[in-house]
Amino acid sequence: MRIKLEKRSVPSTFMLIATPIASVLLTMLIGVIVFDAIGIDGQRAVVDIFLTPILASYKWQDVAVKAAPLIIIALGLSIGNRAQIWNIGAEGQYVLGALFAAGVGIAAGPTGGPFTLILMILAGIVGGAAWAAIPAFLKTRWDVNEILTSLMLTYVSFQVLGFLVGGPWKDPNGRNFPATAPLPESLTLPILFQGTTVHLGVAIALILPFVFWVLMSKSVFGFQIRVVGSAPHAARHGGFDAKQTIWMALLIGGGMAGLAGALEFTGSLKAINLGFPSGYGFSAIIVAFLGRLNPIGCLIAGFVLAVTYVGGQVAQTTVHIPNSTAGIFQAMMLFFILASDILIRYRVRFIPKKTANSTEAHI
Amino acid sequence: MSPEFIIASIVTIIGLTTPILLAGLGELITEKSGVLNLGVEGMMLMGAISGFVITALTFNPWLGVIGAAAGGALSSMLFAVLVLQLNSNQVATGLALSIFGTGLSSLIGVSFTGRIVPQFGSIFPDVLAKDPIWKLFFGYSPLVYFALIMVPLTAWFLKSTRAGLILRAVGENDHSAHSIGYSVTGVRYAAIAFGGAMAGIGGAYFSMVITPMWAEKMTAGRGWIALALVVFAGWRTGRLLAGAYFFGFLMWLELFAKANGFGPSLPFIQAIPSQFWAAMPYVMTVVALTLISSRGNVGASAPACLGKPFLPST
Repeated sequence: MRIKLEKRSVPSTFMLIATPIASVLLTMLIGVIVFDAIGIDGQRAVVDIFLTPILASYKWQDVAVKAAPLIIIALGLSIGNRAQIWNIGAEGQYVLGALFAAGVGIAAGPTGGPFTLILMILAGIVGGAAWAAIPAFLKTRWDVNEILTSLMLTYVSFQVLGFLVGGPWKDPNGRNFPATAPLPESLTLPILFQGTTVHLGVAIALILPFVFWVLMSKSVFGFQIRVVGSAPHAARHGGFDAKQTIWMALLIGGGMAGLAGALEFTGSLKAINLGFPSGYGFSAIIVAFLGRLNPIGCLIAGFVLAVTYVGGQVAQTTVHIPNSTAGIFQAMMLFFILASDILIRYRVRFIPKKTANSTEAHI
Repeated sequence: MSPEFIIASIVTIIGLTTPILLAGLGELITEKSGVLNLGVEGMMLMGAISGFVITALTFNPWLGVIGAAAGGALSSMLFAVLVLQLNSNQVATGLALSIFGTGLSSLIGVSFTGRIVPQFGSIFPDVLAKDPIWKLFFGYSPLVYFALIMVPLTAWFLKSTRAGLILRAVGENDHSAHSIGYSVTGVRYAAIAFGGAMAGIGGAYFSMVITPMWAEKMTAGRGWIALALVVFAGWRTGRLLAGAYFFGFLMWLELFAKANGFGPSLPFIQAIPSQFWAAMPYVMTVVALTLISSRGNVGASAPACLGKPFLPST
């Protein structure tokens, strides 16, 4: 038997939805096999990483808080990816967002109220967008590859953070530990449910996907992004400005990452230290792909990734595997989703061996 | 400044340079074939743990290095199959490889934490290797010399061999190379495997030379510096060597600025925060890339097919 790929006339909607689900299930299956092979209780590890956070209600708040930044960043990145603009520097834009928010908070002093808090969040969006504006400027002006510049700038942002929290912004009462002073109560995001850690940012992360969905499916801008990505020549003929699309894609991606950083800072961590960049910006790329660059897909995929983060911490204590093991599962999901992309545009045909053999027999 | 200080500094800079030079040479070959593999950090960590485990089991660091190369190359094949066979997006696949390698190396490393492996002996007689002056030339790990030998070999391969010419043709114009009968996919498999092997050896430098112990995420982001290095060098072998030492020097400045108050003082360097020096390789890379992109006359350019999937028209 021979396997042949046939191009579909229309991309398969069934495969578009089925493959992410299959990827998650396959990851769990392979996880059990691989973990058993290296002498760890695979079933227990996979159950703890993928199911315990869903089944144990006291873990729900952790999942929600972790999902929020992943969803928000992924929404912005999906716009870029749809237009074939590859911003992989969301981690740096996330850092800059938090730093801008912190800067406004510090400038306002400890007496700030809700107005200052709103200003801090807006500053976060501006900070992330400003950091993404560098690759956008270089790309539109000199056609400099945005993949490489946005990635490099991420590592620059870590040093900017290190300098600020270890120098000018260091908490004077912090025992010389490189971190900003904790935010006063009045400058932290309100908690949605008393007694939990679920803050206003989670609500924003739940609402934004629907805003983006309307934006992408009902507006001219959404149409422009889709056309530029799928048919650049047609887009040029249609009068859509390629440079404008690049700017929009990167500014929205950066702005969303900055918003996520500001929300994480004001809602969750309340102080910035060297551990602030925790990889959300990179994991959000997985979320965007797993969610098929669809806003509602990103919402669901953000929760899936958040489950593996929380589950990784569970497995750390139950089966004694390092926290970063969750990364293996996250990467496997991305591997499977990327591998299955081909099924959307191609149909797999199994050609019986008989016909193939009969021609070879004469040679 | 005392001569001891200068010698110690040079030894440190060479130690900082070697891993990024090794990984950079590998990534250079991969990128020359038209493939952008962002998984360098993951492959380095897979090499670091593979080399460490093999050395711990066989007590032979030479076998360990072979294991490191194999570990790096094997993990790169995950990327290769997805990118070459299934035409998956190179950027996303490479990132996935970095995340995967970081996680898997941590997991494998758990049972080896705290163990110490035998290190390389000197390949030169002690008269030279331990001499306070001559050790500047003869006192290094064999991997340092290996990296230095690989530089002219890589340059020669790319410039003067038939295979190197084919590799560059595949990276510059895959369709032409395909139409005159070269296997684009085959060449790229080989280039990705070489990139993986070299990243693996570069990673092993951390677990087998710098310390004889394993620590999670011990390459500490050097894979990304290696990636920057290839771009900074404008995809040229000679500039890659110079760039590697320049980046090594910047990393040394960072360490030096951090260690404020220890050893001799260089007020000019210590007046500037260490983070400035740490950010420099990345800033310089963005500047270099901008120069390369904005004017064609800097004698360097990215391979034309870099990052693009190859879809034969038949």
